[in-house]
Amino acid sequence: MDKWEDNRAWFLVLPVFIIVAFSAIIPLMTVVNYSLQDIFGPGQRVFVGVEWFKEVLSDKRLHEALVRQFIFSGLVLLIEMPLGIIIALMMPKKGWGASLSLVMLALPLLIPWNVIGTIWMIFTRPDIGLFGAGINALGIAFDHTASPSDAWVTLMLMEVWHWTPLVALLAYAGLRAIPEAYFQAARIDGASAWAIFKYIQLPKMRGVLTIALLLRFMDSFLIYAEPFVLTGGGPGNTTTFLSIYLVKVAVGQFDLGPAAAFSIIYFLIILLLSWLFYQVLQNVGKGEA
Amino acid sequence: MAQIDLEEIAHAYMADPREVSDYALKRIHNVWQDGGAYALLGPSGCGKTTLLNVISGLLTPSRGRILFDGRDVTRLPPEKRNIAQVFQFPVLYDTMSVFDNLAFPLRNRGFNEKDVKKRVHEVADILDLAPFLGKRAAGLAADAKQKISLGRGLVRRDVAAILFDEPLTVIDPNLKWQLRCKLKEIHEQLKLTFIYVTHDQVEALTFADKVIVMYEGEIVQIGTPQELFENPVHTFVGYFIGSPGMNFVPFALENGIARVGDAEIFLGERLAGVAGTATGELKLGIRPLYLEVHGKKVDQGVEARVKSVEDQGSFKILTAIMGGHPVRARLAEDEPVPQETAWLRFPTDWIRLFSDDRLL
Repeated sequence: MDKWEDNRAWFLVLPVFIIVAFSAIIPLMTVVNYSLQDIFGPGQRVFVGVEWFKEVLSDKRLHEALVRQFIFSGLVLLIEMPLGIIIALMMPKKGWGASLSLVMLALPLLIPWNVIGTIWMIFTRPDIGLFGAGINALGIAFDHTASPSDAWVTLMLMEVWHWTPLVALLAYAGLRAIPEAYFQAARIDGASAWAIFKYIQLPKMRGVLTIALLLRFMDSFLIYAEPFVLTGGGPGNTTTFLSIYLVKVAVGQFDLGPAAAFSIIYFLIILLLSWLFYQVLQNVGKGEA
Repeated sequence: MAQIDLEEIAHAYMADPREVSDYALKRIHNVWQDGGAYALLGPSGCGKTTLLNVISGLLTPSRGRILFDGRDVTRLPPEKRNIAQVFQFPVLYDTMSVFDNLAFPLRNRGFNEKDVKKRVHEVADILDLAPFLGKRAAGLAADAKQKISLGRGLVRRDVAAILFDEPLTVIDPNLKWQLRCKLKEIHEQLKLTFIYVTHDQVEALTFADKVIVMYEGEIVQIGTPQELFENPVHTFVGYFIGSPGMNFVPFALENGIARVGDAEIFLGERLAGVAGTATGELKLGIRPLYLEVHGKKVDQGVEARVKSVEDQGSFKILTAIMGGHPVRARLAEDEPVPQETAWLRFPTDWIRLFSDDRLL
């Protein structure tokens, strides 16, 4: 049979092709282009090969930021995932209580990120902030602008307050989707609450929790606005995460080449880790027992 | 094993029921014999599942008592009753192997691992699940999954009754029959009380020794499949059981004759006497199987206009209009089918009379 061709089909694909090109491919290729050149100004550029990659990979400040970033994302996942699940388990199943808790949970998610940073910066200020002044009045010295550990505590509190609701909402949706018969069967089988959680609720939530984990990992790894507003990366460099450092390099120092190389490495790390998480979670609960 | 007594059970889902229509179960009062195979038959929404959940303890009835062998279990939770339940779709612990699924109810009750192993193997043999014991339950076919659900009930030696809530809904039609046979076999082997909820009359009639027909929150009739077929006590039972259901025509009694529009049906002395005592709205019922169809005028024949004939393969269903009402008759495949006009004869032995939908 002859292969039938009609080139007009390309016109139907064209809009999507253009959108993807402008939103993803062209910016990404621009970054690749920058990462291989030394740019002095408009029209003045020199091809330097992988020089910037070598420089960036041996940058000690970047190593520190990367370690900080991993600690931060690790803590975020360790705290937010279990906490979100616990909140979802405790939420009312129906009635006005369910609606109320859903609205309450959604509130932090509706606030612009830089506003969240501002809220917490004021909230934790040791002189006028409700939290900061309150805790100092209790005799505990607390100042997130001076003490690195206080800065981290503040940052984590803000992050958990801001994003745990997302995990909780996803987990709640997963829980509500479990048919009632599972719980009835478990009661008849004499299962304890822990066994119900372990053998019914957790396995049935796997899909939504995978999504929650990926979203929380990626977002926390890319965090910028909130710490930028809250601490500006300080005190010192103690809360300078990858994106904050990247902006310092790119905008502050106008080192577009190294910044581009840095961006690509950053992107690859996130891509690799997301893929790993996804594979692991997909394989949990498969295979022969 | 146990006899189950339901004493004046009524249940409403709302907190403050006032009217009769607020109740999902109106008044249930009956005894389920130890070792019986019961089918609970009725249309969707008639309260079958509610009744099942009351027996298993998933629901506490608004009123009444439930006794297992004379012991009051009304307030006991399901895990404290010796009851197992199989649901409409297979309920499995997906992450566990078939063995662990079957062992789950025993392990929860603190049996030692040696007994668990022995018992699980026994039950797996009964259910033909032995080859799958090491497999993950999630990967099996629907019928095997449903057997596992049943197995989780059977492993408990103390189990008194197994409740089935439309268990074959998700099973392929060709496997349905197999699984139903397996259920029947297990029932004969283990002599457990089986209560089987369904809205499929074929399932109910082939599975059960006794069929309980429910309608709008009440039990309307309990009987063997034959009793339900021949002597329905309520027009609903007549209509619901049999395919097609019983014919019902409203009539007026006139000198030993039932008048249906311009048609006259001979009742005979006995039936006329019975009908004479009734005070409610009268209806005459007859099974399509027992309605005689003749091509020409016969003694006591009622003239009717033939409306349609459906060929069902091994038999034909004739629909005719008689006195303004449609009636159906079942004809054998080789029986001649009258054109346009038919004479219907109502054998008095098979006529059932109803007053306000209750059998007279």
